[in-house]
Amino acid sequence: MKELLIIAIGAAFVNNVVLSQFLGLCPFLGVSKKIKTASGMGAAVIFVITVASFMASIIHNYLLVPTGMDYLDTIVFILVIAALVQFVEMVLKKISPPLYEALGVYLPLITTNCAVLGVALINVQNSYGILESVINGFATAVGFTISIIIMAGIREKIEYNDVPEAIKGMPIVLITAGLMSIAFFGFSGLL
Amino acid sequence: MNKCVERLYNGIIKENPTFVLILGMCPTLAVTTSLINGAGMGLTTMVVLALSNTLISLLRKFIPDGVRMPAFIVIVASLVTIVQFILQAYLPSLNDALGIYIPLIVVNCIILGRAESYASKNPVLPSLFDGIGMGLGFTVGLSFLGAFREILGSGSIAGFQFIPEDYCIRIFGLAPGAFFVLAALIAVQNKIRLAHGKKVKAVEECTGHCATCGKTCEERKEED
Repeated sequence: MKELLIIAIGAAFVNNVVLSQFLGLCPFLGVSKKIKTASGMGAAVIFVITVASFMASIIHNYLLVPTGMDYLDTIVFILVIAALVQFVEMVLKKISPPLYEALGVYLPLITTNCAVLGVALINVQNSYGILESVINGFATAVGFTISIIIMAGIREKIEYNDVPEAIKGMPIVLITAGLMSIAFFGFSGLL
Repeated sequence: MNKCVERLYNGIIKENPTFVLILGMCPTLAVTTSLINGAGMGLTTMVVLALSNTLISLLRKFIPDGVRMPAFIVIVASLVTIVQFILQAYLPSLNDALGIYIPLIVVNCIILGRAESYASKNPVLPSLFDGIGMGLGFTVGLSFLGAFREILGSGSIAGFQFIPEDYCIRIFGLAPGAFFVLAALIAVQNKIRLAHGKKVKAVEECTGHCATCGKTCEERKEED
């Protein structure tokens, strides 16, 4: 239990997926203009990463390792993730239209989000079991959601600030991300 | 032949993936802690990009339109796995330094973007040169960032120490430094653009979907 907690805190705060590992930067910079869209994206990411790390971990541990084909990890994982996202989209559309309405737009964006593949690969690299992988995936995604929502909150305020012309847009967002990254260094004392 | 030279120029200068298109952010920020790492990542990506462009261009008439993206992803993933094996065998130190970011080349926007917007529509030779040009452009961008961060963060260049360690700004070697250096580089570019009467880059309106990465903002807005 203690070990799982350490994995979770480590993944969500100490090694924050965006701010210290630089995974999932595209949506972090692209979909963080409003808190509402940012939280939608965050929810979709939590859902997909958790399911994807579960699937990837099962396939790795029970299919690829016993047959000695674990060198195919990258290819298999990316296909599983792509298929999974499609499948989730279809299921959501059928079962829960309101949820689909809320998350639907973000789902296709996630396929090529490097955080999803990144987490699956990190799980393999650290030779996590299935439960550990799911916890790690979930916590990583929660870390992503926390940072994208904070970012969106800050950006909503930046709108009203008098930013020099040359720093408007991308640079100010990157500087904000850098400052957030420094703030997240504080969490390294947790472990 | 002219077309090939034009492709190289396009990739390195006109549509430089790091500075002009701002694509492939994850490796750009993550592995540029030193000049060697940046250049190594850039060159690895270039090899994959050149090979994937060639293969996809060769197969462009056989791949059905409906399963285009999955087919591209499989091709790219296979190439990345091969390249990873080669690195493990011949350059183990670089392989360790880049770590998880080598398999993550698969989801690099630049590769799928070029496959979608160039290689799947053009003959083999220009596609190969497009891949090499874009790859070199990416290498230049990463090396530049890497050199910057190495000088500021550890006072050395390619491992050669020329500023005593006490006078280094350590933060540039760590995660926040990556954001700051890239922010500064884009800000300088914006300044130049403004001086020429052009508009500031509005990146945030057109990121997210990697399948449309190779296109410019205007093309994407038209599609929406």
